[in-house]
Amino acid sequence: MMNFNAIRSIYIFEMARAGRTLLQSIISPVISTSLYFVVFGAAIGSRIQEIDGVAYGAFIVPGLIMLSLLTQSIANASFGIYFPRFVGTIYELLSAPVSYVDLTIAYVGAAASKSIILGLIILATAAVFVPLEILHPFWMLGFLVLTAVTFSLLGFIIGIWADGFEKLQLIPLLIITPLTFLGGSFYSITMLPPVWQTISYFNPVVYLVSGFRWSFYGAADVSIGVSLLAILGFLAICLAVIAWIFKTGYRLKN
Amino acid sequence: MTPAISVTNLSKTYKSGFQALKNINLEIKQGEIFGLLGPNGAGKTTLISIICGIVTASSGTVLANGHDNVKEYRKTRSLIGLVPQELTTDAFETPWATVNFSRGLFGLPPNHAYVEKILKDLSLWDKKDQRIMTLSGGMKRRVLIAKALSHEPKILFLDEPTAGVDVELRRDMWALVRDLRKTGVTIILTTHYIDEAEEMADRIGVISKGELMLVEEKQALMAKLGKKQLTLELASKLKSIPRTLARHQLSLSKNGAELNYTYDSHANRTGITTLLADIKKAGIAFTDIETRESSLEDIFVSLVRAP
Ligand SMILES: Nc1ncnc2c1ncn2[C@@H]1O[C@H](COP(=O)(O)OP(=O)(O)OP(=O)(O)O)[C@@H](O)[C@H]1O
Ligand SMILES: [Mg+2]
Repeated sequence: MMNFNAIRSIYIFEMARAGRTLLQSIISPVISTSLYFVVFGAAIGSRIQEIDGVAYGAFIVPGLIMLSLLTQSIANASFGIYFPRFVGTIYELLSAPVSYVDLTIAYVGAAASKSIILGLIILATAAVFVPLEILHPFWMLGFLVLTAVTFSLLGFIIGIWADGFEKLQLIPLLIITPLTFLGGSFYSITMLPPVWQTISYFNPVVYLVSGFRWSFYGAADVSIGVSLLAILGFLAICLAVIAWIFKTGYRLKN
Repeated sequence: MTPAISVTNLSKTYKSGFQALKNINLEIKQGEIFGLLGPNGAGKTTLISIICGIVTASSGTVLANGHDNVKEYRKTRSLIGLVPQELTTDAFETPWATVNFSRGLFGLPPNHAYVEKILKDLSLWDKKDQRIMTLSGGMKRRVLIAKALSHEPKILFLDEPTAGVDVELRRDMWALVRDLRKTGVTIILTTHYIDEAEEMADRIGVISKGELMLVEEKQALMAKLGKKQLTLELASKLKSIPRTLARHQLSLSKNGAELNYTYDSHANRTGITTLLADIKKAGIAFTDIETRESSLEDIFVSLVRAP
């Protein structure tokens, strides 16, 4: 049994919050992505040869979308649940007839929706700068949704774990940003020296970017099956952590 | 009839090791207004938080309308509305949005007419589209009440509803509470103020240091506790009480600078009028007059000492 009215209420509330901070949640990623295109695509990209038969400007599109998708999913979801804890309005969520599953679906669903919309907006922005082709649109959407959901879950976990704004920023800053920049967003990892290639295979973002890029251009650093397994595995880990948190009431209740 | 709330052997020890509640047993009757009285840190908020599901009990059970608040939490939480002590609101939201949100959160389909009625009853209608952070403290308090009422609860907890609230709003709040009771809602309110409990409650529970000291009908309790003291600050010191005032049970304090009169505030005749007339006749001038109620602390002392 689920409390659908509650899930809908939280979802609408969270989406409305994004609407209020439209500038922050949509426009700033669009601007920064455009800047990436100007710098990497037009300025530097013209001097870089094609990778896997794809022009450099187009090559970086999937990686750039992933970059925003990861950071925004985490930021949205972590803030969404941390904020009520911080200001104290969490009392209402805890006293409402909602289960933890309801809460997770609502918060993660809203955060994921926002980053999916954002991903599509960046995609549209990219299409302005470079000629795009999407060989496997359904896979593309699939990766987009799976990644958004998984990293929103991760953000949700961070939002529950954090007990201060510093911690809220810490994981994205210390872990996610380096992983995404070193995850093959701007290059193919086959371009790296062998040692770094091996190291890269320990970076989960490599699999996401690779799979996502495959859905665009049909070329990948690792096989699509492995990419899919990697993201599903990460999703499973996040779900297990959430389940544990809720079983123990960790950090939500005294 | 099943009690609205039934608390059995409830204890709470916080992670810090502090025991906030010690084996509380309490029944709240259907449709009554119950006043929970106690000083700061007594455990009032902790008790309410456990009943509402915000804090987990260390041991003991809570039933709401006969349903266990852990095993059947969806059922019990739907029944209960909570107005928290702290003014915790979504500062960026409007009253309209936040009250509708609360209704949905508690599992009910939207009902704009009902929400409109609540906001009008609480004189918030003209502020409904204003951001909550632009409202005054008293209005924020009303927003919290509106949120708590949004899902038509059968049991309402008001945790210090009149803290930091002006006289007028306090009167409005009391009127609202009485109206709610008329519709069959059971109300539990906490307060530091005896006069508030006295004005509102049918029954009163006194809690101190995590222990429920007593639960009694208001009338019975007030008869025990309702002593008031009238103090006159005299223009010139008196050495002794004049014989013309002997019948008034007076005492002198501050070296004769103050004259005290103790009376029962619930008696039909407090004797104040005749006292003042006699004082005037005796030619005693006073510069100030003050009445004081037995403080909560006095009451606790007397409770602990009571046989
Ligand atoms: N999260 C917590 N961790 C540790 N101790 C706590 C916690 N919350 C409350 N306490 C302690 O439990 C005791 C009871 O607190 P509670 O808030 O229930 O009191 P109260 O009767 O509502 O007081 P007040 O009238 O000031 O609101 C206090 O000593 C308080 O310090
Ligand atoms: Mg309190």
